[in-house]
Amino acid sequence: MKARYSIFSLARNALSYHENWQQAWHSPEPKKSYDAVIVGGGGHGLVTAYYLAKEHGMRNIAVIERGWLGGGNTGRNTTIVRSNYMWDQSAALYEHALKLWENMTRELNFNVMFSQRSVLNLAHTQNEVRITKRRIHSNRLNGIDSTWLDPEDVKREVPIIDLRGGGRYPVLGGSIQRRAGTARHDAVAWGYARACSEMGVDIIQQCAVEGFDIEGGQVTGVRTSKGQIKTNKVGLVVAGHCGVLANMAGFKLPVNSRPLQALVSEPVKPIIHNVVMAGAVHAYISQSDKGELVIGAGTDAYNGYSQWGSNPVTEDTLAAICELYPLFRRMRMLRQWGGVVDTCPDASPIIGLSPVKGIYLNCGWGTGGFKATPGSGHIFADTVANNRPHPIAAPFALDRFRTGFLIDEHAAAGVAH
Amino acid sequence: MLLIPCPYCGARTENEFAYGGEAHKVRPEHPEEVSDEAWADYLFLQKNTNGTYYERWVHAHGCRRWFNLVRDTLTNQVHGAYKIEEEPPKVDETTYV
Amino acid sequence: MAQTYRLQDRGRVDLERPIDFTFNGKRYRGYAGDTVASALLANGIHLVGRSFKYHRPRGILGAGAEEPNALLQVESGPRTLPNVRATQAELYDGMAVTSVNAWPGPDTDVGAVNQLFAKLFPAGFYYKTFMWPGKAWPYYEKVIRHAAGLGKAPTDPDPDFYDKRYAHCDVLVAGGGPAGLAAALTAARSGARVVLADENPEFGGSLLSARETIDGKPAIDWVQATLDELRGHPEVRILPRTIVFGYYDHNWIDLLESRTDHLSRKPDDRPRQRMWKVRAQEVVLATGAIERPLVFVDNDRPGIMLASAARSYVNRYGVKPGNRCVLVTNNDGAYQAALDMQDAGIEIAAAIDVRAEATGPFTERAKQAGIRILPNHGVAAVDGAKRVRAIKAQPLAADGERLTGASRKIACDFVASSGGWNPTVHLFSQSRGKLRFDAETAAFVPDRSVQRARSAGCCQGTWGLMGCLKDGLAAGAEAAKAAGFPDTKAGSTPKASDDGFLPARWLWTVPGEQPVGHKGKHFVDYQNDVTAADLLLAIREGYTSIEHVKRYTTTGMATDQGKTSNVNALGIVSQARGLPIPEIGTTTFRPPYTPVTFGAWGGRDVGDLFDAERHSPMHAWHVRAGAAFENVGLWKRPWYYPIGNESMHDAVQRESKATRDSVGILDATTLGRIDVQGPDAVEFLNRVYTNGWKTLKPGMARYGLMLGEDGMVMDDGVTACLRENHYLMHTTSGGAGDVLAHLEEYLQTEWPELRVYLTTVTEQYATAALAGPNARKLLQEVTDIDLSPEAFPFMTFREGTVAGVPARVFRISFSGDLSFEINVHADHGLHMWQTLMSVGEKYDITPYGTETMHVLRAEKGFIIVGQETDGTVTPIDLGMDKLCSSKKDFIGKRSLARPDMLDPQRKQFVGLLPDDPEEVLEEGAQLVEVLKDAPPMDMVGHVSSSYMSPNLGRSFALALVEGGLHKHGQKVFAPMPGGKTIACTITNPVFFDPEGERLRA
Repeated sequence: MKARYSIFSLARNALSYHENWQQAWHSPEPKKSYDAVIVGGGGHGLVTAYYLAKEHGMRNIAVIERGWLGGGNTGRNTTIVRSNYMWDQSAALYEHALKLWENMTRELNFNVMFSQRSVLNLAHTQNEVRITKRRIHSNRLNGIDSTWLDPEDVKREVPIIDLRGGGRYPVLGGSIQRRAGTARHDAVAWGYARACSEMGVDIIQQCAVEGFDIEGGQVTGVRTSKGQIKTNKVGLVVAGHCGVLANMAGFKLPVNSRPLQALVSEPVKPIIHNVVMAGAVHAYISQSDKGELVIGAGTDAYNGYSQWGSNPVTEDTLAAICELYPLFRRMRMLRQWGGVVDTCPDASPIIGLSPVKGIYLNCGWGTGGFKATPGSGHIFADTVANNRPHPIAAPFALDRFRTGFLIDEHAAAGVAH
Repeated sequence: MLLIPCPYCGARTENEFAYGGEAHKVRPEHPEEVSDEAWADYLFLQKNTNGTYYERWVHAHGCRRWFNLVRDTLTNQVHGAYKIEEEPPKVDETTYV
Repeated sequence: MAQTYRLQDRGRVDLERPIDFTFNGKRYRGYAGDTVASALLANGIHLVGRSFKYHRPRGILGAGAEEPNALLQVESGPRTLPNVRATQAELYDGMAVTSVNAWPGPDTDVGAVNQLFAKLFPAGFYYKTFMWPGKAWPYYEKVIRHAAGLGKAPTDPDPDFYDKRYAHCDVLVAGGGPAGLAAALTAARSGARVVLADENPEFGGSLLSARETIDGKPAIDWVQATLDELRGHPEVRILPRTIVFGYYDHNWIDLLESRTDHLSRKPDDRPRQRMWKVRAQEVVLATGAIERPLVFVDNDRPGIMLASAARSYVNRYGVKPGNRCVLVTNNDGAYQAALDMQDAGIEIAAAIDVRAEATGPFTERAKQAGIRILPNHGVAAVDGAKRVRAIKAQPLAADGERLTGASRKIACDFVASSGGWNPTVHLFSQSRGKLRFDAETAAFVPDRSVQRARSAGCCQGTWGLMGCLKDGLAAGAEAAKAAGFPDTKAGSTPKASDDGFLPARWLWTVPGEQPVGHKGKHFVDYQNDVTAADLLLAIREGYTSIEHVKRYTTTGMATDQGKTSNVNALGIVSQARGLPIPEIGTTTFRPPYTPVTFGAWGGRDVGDLFDAERHSPMHAWHVRAGAAFENVGLWKRPWYYPIGNESMHDAVQRESKATRDSVGILDATTLGRIDVQGPDAVEFLNRVYTNGWKTLKPGMARYGLMLGEDGMVMDDGVTACLRENHYLMHTTSGGAGDVLAHLEEYLQTEWPELRVYLTTVTEQYATAALAGPNARKLLQEVTDIDLSPEAFPFMTFREGTVAGVPARVFRISFSGDLSFEINVHADHGLHMWQTLMSVGEKYDITPYGTETMHVLRAEKGFIIVGQETDGTVTPIDLGMDKLCSSKKDFIGKRSLARPDMLDPQRKQFVGLLPDDPEEVLEEGAQLVEVLKDAPPMDMVGHVSSSYMSPNLGRSFALALVEGGLHKHGQKVFAPMPGGKTIACTITNPVFFDPEGERLRA
């Protein structure tokens, strides 16, 4: 049993110069076989392992990660958490996650700094107003908090905003979800890794998948850079690289991998207190607890696996930030980066069974994966353990691309068609 | 900012172009005769290669012509561009794992 | 105010031009050429701020971009700038700077109370606490947020403006030190177009801070001669105060030129900064190197600075950092700084040298100069919290991991520290070039270029001046040659010293009296307050990957991005893990090299230029008429025309009624128009529209529905057959560009065999739609076209003149009323409009905007793509399956046969009548069939359009409802916030003139 974290344990350890802290997680060599192998040591993969162990009694399992835990999109996103999605299926999924977020720190005994500082989604055109209201009504009737803000309400929530938007795209209103907010992204990976490790889950970093053993349409093992691992359940939770692994397993996915860009400013004293998303001009902004403005830009227009983005995307986003927040023109960009996101044609994820028996898919989260982390892992663990989709996961099956039952979140985002 | 060699206009910066995804996907000649699976494959499924990728681009703010590009999706190295009706250039293909 | 520490006999500041400035409200004086840092030091000030976490007093560590400590708020009010490095900010008259993160000031800082609890704040402490009680995090967070952050963001809009410029060149040289200047010189001599940029106001780089000679003359003479020659080359662009901050794909380089920050009066007509976006054929990186501080106990005390910085203050700025210096070093090169300081009259109290044997060319010269060297010594302790007073030296044990023997205290008023050098490989790494760890210098150096770039001088690990010059000359020649100037020669290298900084001893942590972490702090990342003990803790807790170490401790993530800390951190981790540094890895260098202003990224693409605006030729008329405008795509369209203080509702009611009662006029110019020509045009239309086109004769027009390949409605509009093989297609206003792109894509990539040519002609026409029972009478007064129903039936067009100018008139209708759409050449648009308005006076002609257009079309049950549809709606859902030909294939047809498309419970297009005819549903309202007391409730659809209709005398709406096509007459409810519920009846969506008598009148 690991020592619990608290102010008291900090004080106790201070007496011994913090030299007696235990490892947050163990890093064993892989065993010969596991009951299940989760490929991908990001948030979604770790949560999956956590619930397999916790709720499904599967302790002989491993999470294998090509690089370092949380080094993919978990550690490269703008940390926004919200559940105000328009379609019933999406709302159910993200609200399931949001409820888990609300208890995550306590459950993990690891402060993930989940900050319910509210998220605003602005509307800049009449069409966006219509779509936003449609989404708000839908949220409300799904039991999700979501309220319309007139422009003056927006100004009250975000006093530094220029409602004129520089004149070209004035703020016509927006929605607010007060239970939404941000979290400390790295902490999510570390907190779940610690909890997994405590339950006996093997966490194996620097272990790349090189292929799958498939016999008669059933997976029997994973070939890795650290040797062969026998297993007949494999969960693929690798975001941007899902296509690469699907190709190894002999199937294709309706996914394009593209760099999504983000950037932070230098840290300043608190100036913006909530998360403000302006979809029409593609500028998302919040301020981290450290004081940096965290800004989400767009996805590159073309496929790419590099964790770098294309600069026109940054230029457009920063021009939009300058329009909405003229006082930020003098702020300075400290660092920019990209994360490789796996985008589906309908901007919704794929969760469920794959064409290979025993291989389960959890991918296609596009730009929206971080907020879903605990919910995604929870329903995916259930899916992996029981070899059938969890009810919340069912609509997100790969088969929807055959039947046409898409959950098109572009429509909800007010993207003109 | 990529420098893309349009086969009609020469090298131009990326923001003159629009992307068209995977190249050499062919619309079934008789769509009504193909299965739902095959149709979904045509509509949605992607190779999404990490490495050498054959992809379509259009010089949207230029000659408005579509063409194909061979690009490494990890390094963004461009191996060549060719017209829609042309054969792809010979390239040492790389796929990253 | 006296500048006690100013040297009169050296430095490049202009002693004739004193400059007054204030620091924390107090007046001081410096000279032109000073930075804020050098001016403060000249006034004897080291203590400039407090640290981020512990609020430790901090001084000036560096002399350039590497500075982690001396961050200041420059000015107040709209031009205020947070987190400016004092070491880079040029001094100007009247400049006002203040400390950040210190209240009331750095000397008496209330936040310093944090130091008492420092033991509770190891790396990552916040992950382990603030968890109790469960709901308290928002309160903790508020406190943490206020404690964090450095300077203050401006609170007023920025009065300055910014600029962007594109440039192309053969050779871009980043850095104007010896290597960069040499490279630019050879490249320029070849005739290549060269861009040479340096972040400093003066070129020369390290030579500005040196006392070395080139060809026997002061190095600065060579700098001057080189610049003079470069200026003589017409194809050379020299950019001072310009930092090369980003190296992107395919040799795309971003530069930031600072234009007014150094000026006392900011000119109105000059951009504050300019971002240069350069596509370079070839690049020479000559970005120099940055010294590393040594990690010894309490190495952050004010007065402790980099040896190179001390040298720079003495030689370049003519400022003594103090009177009595202790040098702490692990290498030979640092003695060069000590010698220069001694020459300037500074007493070198001692040199604490961690090397077992102090040897090397500079060391020998130091010995000869009488400098007392303590070889194999470490730093036991540092005295003085707000300014170093003394340093305690003690011999190192044989393993270098602890101290042994007797210590001695050496009084001093500043310390120069040198832990070796890091080549500035940021840009090289950004270009995705591969780095290699050089064990001899314990530094990452460029290994293999991936883009067309090469490094020269210190940034590639060449350490002597002569070597740098040689490197630069060769790199410039190589770059020019590669860029297509074959006759380029490097030329002979001028004579200069070639001493580097080796030998050295790599002792990543200099031990103190007690083990690391027990007493005092060994700082690695000054700005983020990360100590060696923090790094060790991270490793102990399993955060062993260097990325985990970095994220857990935040080392290297401050505004200096680890310029002085990264390699020290790697060294400490490598030692702790017992692995060589290359196996620990390095973190990726990401742009920008130094922070870049948002405004510069935005440039002039703000305000009116943020996005293009499209105006119809009648736009000026609409403005004069007081129209309110709506954004539709890029178009500005009249939304409604209020009269006096009329509300939007009243205006729309008036416009709607007037149109149905007499005649209204709409500017329909924004409709997209695509000219379709060629022998296979009709076959093409057949493939891209759901309906058939073979029977459309010249003079006729037809409505078409266009789908995406996924079967979803993408666009709609009327296409006319102008003559055989020649059609004019109309698209929605917002969709025109996408439709053209869609059509071209299929034409070029799927059906190249079709002989069809597409031309956008949207801008060539101006269009007015006349609608209402008097439309014919009015139009007949100004046209030679016979408008009688027999001569000009519905869904045809005629050509003739209107208002005396050539016109094509379509008898089509989006209003559901008798309507003519008059197309004239764009240049005649305003004339046509004004003629119709004046002739129409007798019919009380009423201009109407898009909102009334929406009301009228909705009364008639016409959809708007993008309002009734959202990318998830098929023609079947709209009840328009009759428009989908069964005799041919068309884009999207196959998708309509997928299982889900045939589900009878899909949302389908219906009309809605609220029970209360005064109640206007909210667009976007969700509909339920079964009401519950509280959510959740099962939703069956939503309201897509909703209006009050003066013509129907009641409210009505359009909606999409599950299985709605078969639910006409059934009840649905819209539960609104606050418990109100609006009951409605599902109806046929055609409310007005269902037989189409008005339309065809």
